[in-house]
Amino acid sequence: MPNDNIAVSVQSLVKKFGDFTAVNNVNFEVKQGEVFGFLGPNGAGKSTTIRMLCGIISPTSGTGTVGGYDIVREQHKIKEHIGYMSQKFSLYDDLTVEENIDFYSGIYKIPRAERKERTEEVIRLADIEGFRNRLTRTISGGWKQRLALGCALLHHPKIIFLDEPTSGVDPITRANFWKIIKELSDKGVTVFVTTHYMDEAENCNRMVMIYHGEMIAMGTPEQMKTEIMKNEILEVVMPSAENWLDKISGLASVKETALFGVNLHVVTHDAQKAGLDIKNLLEAEGIKNYSIAKIKASLEDVFVSLIETYDEEHKEK
Amino acid sequence: MNFKRIWAISSKEFIQIKRDPRSLALAIVIPVLLLIIFGYGLSLDIDRVRTVVWNQDASSELTRNFLLNFKYSKYFKITRYTDNYRDIEHMIDSGEVMMALVIPKDFSHYLESGKKAPLQLLVDGSDSNTATIAAGYVRAVVAKYNVELLTQAFAAHGYTLPKPVDMRSRIWFNPGLNSRWYIIPGVIAMIIMIIAALLTSICISREWERGTMEQLISTPVKPPELVIGKFLPYFAIGFFDLFVAVVMARTVFGVPFQGSYLLLILLSVFFLTGALSQGILISASSKTQLLASQLATLTTFIPTMLLSGFIYPIFNMPQAVQAITYLIPARYYIVILRGLFLKGNGMDVMWDEALFLVLFAFLMFSIAIRKFKKKVF
Repeated sequence: MPNDNIAVSVQSLVKKFGDFTAVNNVNFEVKQGEVFGFLGPNGAGKSTTIRMLCGIISPTSGTGTVGGYDIVREQHKIKEHIGYMSQKFSLYDDLTVEENIDFYSGIYKIPRAERKERTEEVIRLADIEGFRNRLTRTISGGWKQRLALGCALLHHPKIIFLDEPTSGVDPITRANFWKIIKELSDKGVTVFVTTHYMDEAENCNRMVMIYHGEMIAMGTPEQMKTEIMKNEILEVVMPSAENWLDKISGLASVKETALFGVNLHVVTHDAQKAGLDIKNLLEAEGIKNYSIAKIKASLEDVFVSLIETYDEEHKEK
Repeated sequence: MNFKRIWAISSKEFIQIKRDPRSLALAIVIPVLLLIIFGYGLSLDIDRVRTVVWNQDASSELTRNFLLNFKYSKYFKITRYTDNYRDIEHMIDSGEVMMALVIPKDFSHYLESGKKAPLQLLVDGSDSNTATIAAGYVRAVVAKYNVELLTQAFAAHGYTLPKPVDMRSRIWFNPGLNSRWYIIPGVIAMIIMIIAALLTSICISREWERGTMEQLISTPVKPPELVIGKFLPYFAIGFFDLFVAVVMARTVFGVPFQGSYLLLILLSVFFLTGALSQGILISASSKTQLLASQLATLTTFIPTMLLSGFIYPIFNMPQAVQAITYLIPARYYIVILRGLFLKGNGMDVMWDEALFLVLFAFLMFSIAIRKFKKKVF
């Protein structure tokens, strides 16, 4: 291994399906023990990238390593050292929970002597003791996801790839998932996770944002919200804010306005000027009980603003 | 290749078969059903040909004696007597009878006065094969009657007729010429081909359809491990079916088994391997269970039924079709099964068929693994 600290590294990764470019020139490195987020809307190329990293499909061009093994030439080696949980539930519905675990124990060649212990470990980790003899078909989505995670961890992989592990899962299971991810990372396991829930992305050490197969940003959550975010956000609290959406958007200093709950989030290049403009507008209309405050951008704000910048740039072309 | 992985796949597959009543039924009920349908339903023997008789000369004892030759033959069954052509026509039209015998009113008179006595036979030719055979039976009965008449006539004048050719036939292997003995080994080949190809074709496309293949191909499992792991349970089912079929053939249908059971097992291993591999090849070429099972039926059931010599003798086929039959593995297996069941053949006369089966097995197996590798990994 060239560098013991690097778990995943890709250079100029490209995947084409016919004329369609699913992943376009992606570069990044993931350090060992990191929780690395791969963020993007549906169809951005997240799953395609993960499948290339797991050795399920080969890239059209570009190079990369996972756990020190080449993603083109050493796919088989990679598969021995990683865990993968696909977006769609892909264990056997007609097997019981325990039979599924048994099956993957066999596939990963876990020695007989250790099997029982590993099985118990997975059942404890996924908290599925009560379901172990139930047919997988009969348990609900959240429990299936826990089982899938358990099976992906059965062989103690050094790197684990989770493709939208929390989509369609209840909030309690989601929180639980992130707790497990944190624990794994503390033990030195590298976690590569895709999601389109921006609130979850806060849990990542570092992340990449991907859109139309292209990387549009990379950094820590903090960097995303400060260095990468070019715009500023003002929160306007006022009665029936929804009626003022168009008027505030019409101001020259305002880039965009969106409703967040009952409040307005105003995106602008210059928070000071925009704040003043909004104040003047509201007072001219005779509104008294309002407040304007500059707030820190959330990851969602960052992502929306990056996507808009991307779309504008590509419209011009 | 790792035995632990192969075993994990096989055990999983066994559990799935156990839990899926449809594939279990397919594996156990279908062979029994096919044997019963073909064993009882498909008989190539033509006997008890339904016949209507119009004896216009019924008052004569001679005609009544003549008819006894038909009445006591197992090949005919006189179902009705009539006295007009309208009835005969109707009965042949409706399929109530296969043929009609009409004895004219001067029949005994002509015979006694030494003139040629005409006899009319009407046969339903819409089933030409049966019609030819039935008419042949009648011809044989009449020829025998003629010889008797001549012998009597000569004897009346004090002469003895020179003995005509006396053919003594001995039918080997199937002295009763029971067509069931000929059909059952073919049914066994068909059952194994269909069950093997059909079950395996479903077992892999099911993994695609349900998305379970996605997880499986992210593990270090290798194509030969997966193929062999899938193989074993169906191999066991195939042998179970063979066992059931052979036992049924022996007990229910009374087909003798003259050959070596060891040879039967050995050669069946190759046939089964080829058939299972064919199913896997089909699976690798289609990602839905429906398409796979249709392809499996199309490429196993129909060729095995029509082109293997199961029912229709290969030497009767046009040259071009005969050439195709060399590609049908059941062709060789059926020859082997008939040889083992009826003739008690050994490898000395079956080595060429056995060689083709071995070739088929290895070819299919390696193509299946290669195709699977390309498609998945």
